[in-house]
Amino acid sequence: MKIAVCVKQVPDSWAEKKMVNGVLDREGVDAVLNDLDEYAVEEALRIVEAHGGNEEGGANSVTIVSMGPERATEAIRKALSMGANDAILVSDVALAGSDALATSKVLAEVIKNGGFDLVICGTESTDARMSVVPAMLAQRLGWAQLTFASIVSVDPAANTVSITRTTEAGVDAINAKLPAVVSVVEKINEPRYPSFKGIMAAKKKTIDSRDLASVGVSAESAWSLVADSAPRPPRAAGVKVTDEGNGGNDLVKFLTEKKFI
Amino acid sequence: MSQIFILADFAGDKSTKTTAELATAAARNGSVTAIVLAAPGAGAILAATVKHGPIANVLVVESADFATHGVAAAADAISQIIAQKSPSAILIASHAYGKEVAGRVAVATDSGIITDAVDVAADLTATQLVFGGSTTVHSKVSNGVPIITVRPNSIEADLSDSSPAVENLSLTISDAAKLATTTSSTPPVKGGRPELTEAQVVVSGGRGTNGDFSAVEGFADSLGAAVGASRAATDAGWYPHSHQVGQTGKTVSPQLYVACGISGAIQHRAGMQTSKTIAVVNKDPEAPIFDLADFGVVGDLFAVLPQATQGVTAQKS
Repeated sequence: MKIAVCVKQVPDSWAEKKMVNGVLDREGVDAVLNDLDEYAVEEALRIVEAHGGNEEGGANSVTIVSMGPERATEAIRKALSMGANDAILVSDVALAGSDALATSKVLAEVIKNGGFDLVICGTESTDARMSVVPAMLAQRLGWAQLTFASIVSVDPAANTVSITRTTEAGVDAINAKLPAVVSVVEKINEPRYPSFKGIMAAKKKTIDSRDLASVGVSAESAWSLVADSAPRPPRAAGVKVTDEGNGGNDLVKFLTEKKFI
Repeated sequence: MSQIFILADFAGDKSTKTTAELATAAARNGSVTAIVLAAPGAGAILAATVKHGPIANVLVVESADFATHGVAAAADAISQIIAQKSPSAILIASHAYGKEVAGRVAVATDSGIITDAVDVAADLTATQLVFGGSTTVHSKVSNGVPIITVRPNSIEADLSDSSPAVENLSLTISDAAKLATTTSSTPPVKGGRPELTEAQVVVSGGRGTNGDFSAVEGFADSLGAAVGASRAATDAGWYPHSHQVGQTGKTVSPQLYVACGISGAIQHRAGMQTSKTIAVVNKDPEAPIFDLADFGVVGDLFAVLPQATQGVTAQKS
C-alpha cells in the first residue's frame, strides 16, 4: 500500500494575518504544518502500521506531497518526524499566489505519476479554508472521492476503502475501490508527537524538490482575481457591566432593547 | 437579461432559507433558475417547495445516483447543465457538500471558483471576509462560468412567494462520477436546537463552564438558540466537536452571539467575529473577548446565565 498525504505549510493559526498585493502575506508570520493535515499524516501511518508497517524496502510507505515555497520543508520535516517515509515538494516562483485550482492540478500530476493507491488530505487549510482541494483532486485524477471521514478502513486484499462521512448534513457510510482520495476530519485520531528518534531520523529523509517543468505542468494564473482588500474596522467599544447580583437582568435588558427577545 | 443558476438547498423535502438567499443574490445579475437534484419520482415534491421570490424557473433532474454517488454525481449533473445552458454563473450554498460540488464543477468546466462569499454584486464581484473575518476582500472570477459558494445567513433573503415554471431535464450521470458508493445515510440528530451555522442566535461556552454546559444550554433554549463551544471545551471532551466555533471549527455569523466563559483567543474569534451583535459573560475583566463585545457582563456565568434565562422566560410568557 503506497499512501500519499497532501500537506500545506500555513501561517500559525494563532497569528494575525494580513493581505499584501491581493495575496496572504506569508513572509511576516510564523509558518507551521497545517493543523488539520496532522490528522491525515497520523491516519496514513495508522493504516500502514495496521497492514505490516512502513519499514524501508517494504511494500508500504507514506509519502508527503506538498506545494509551496522552499521554506515549506520545515512543515514537511514535521510530518516526516511523525514517521512518514519521504516527501515531494513542488516549489516554483511561478506558483506564487496560486489558487485551489492550480494547487490541485500540480498535486494531481505528482500523485498520478507516483504509483499511489490512496491519497489522504486534511479537510481544509487553516489559512484559505476553502475545503475544495480533496474534491478537486478526485475529479482531476478520476479517482473515487471519500471525504470528511471520521473513520477510515482499508482492505488491501479486496483493494477497497470504506469511510464514515461526517458533516452537518449527517453521517454516511461510503466505500470504493482503490485508488481513492480521502479527507479526514479533525478528531478522527490523536496525532502522535514526533519522538526524539523520529526528529533525528527525519533529518536524513529525502525531500524530493521539484519545479514545474519537472512535474510537467505549466503554471496558470489564478482564475479569480482580487480587486481590493482592506482590514475590517475594529468593532466600536461596547458597554461593560460588572455583575453585582443583577448581571443576568442587565443582559436581558440589553437583549430586549436590541429586540432579540 | 442573462440567465444565472443556483443549486437549490434542501433540509429533508423542503427548500431552505439558504435557497432564497442564493436566489436573492443571483437575481441582481439575471433571471434565476434553481436546479433541483432529486431521487427518481421525488422531483415534483422538492420543486414545489422552491418558490422563493426571485426564482423564475426550476430545472429538475431526477436520478438515483444523487443519493448513491453524492458529491461526484451532483457535480457531474451540474457540469452537464452548464455545458448545455451556458449560464452567467452558478451560486451554491457554502457548506461541506456545496463547496465540494463547486470544486468539482470548477475543475470539470475549467472555471474559476470563489468560496464563502458573504455577498455577490450584480457584476458577480464577490465579497469575502477572510482571516477569521478580520479582512474584507472583493474578488471576481476571471475564467469560465463563475462558480461562487455563498455562506448561509449572510444575505437578507427575499422570502416572498413566486410560482416558477418547472422544467424536467433528463441526464445520464457519467461512470467517472460513480466510483464511490454511499451504502447508508443517517440525517443529523436533531435536538430541539437549530443548526449552528444557520442559527440566528448562538450561545457558546468555553473553559469557564468547567465542563458543565447546563447553564449555557438553558440560556440557549430560552432564546431558541444553537449551542456552540470553544476549542478548549471540545478538546477537553466537554462538548461534541461538531459544535466547535473557531479557526479549526465552524464559522458562524448569527444576528446575536453570546460567548460565555470564553477568553477570546484568535482561534475562537476567527469563527465568530462577523456576528452582528456580540454579548459576553466572563469572570475575567481582562479577557480579550470583551474587545468584541457590544455588551459584556463581568461575572460568573453560573450566576449570570440562570438569572438571564429566568428573565427571558418571564418576558416571553
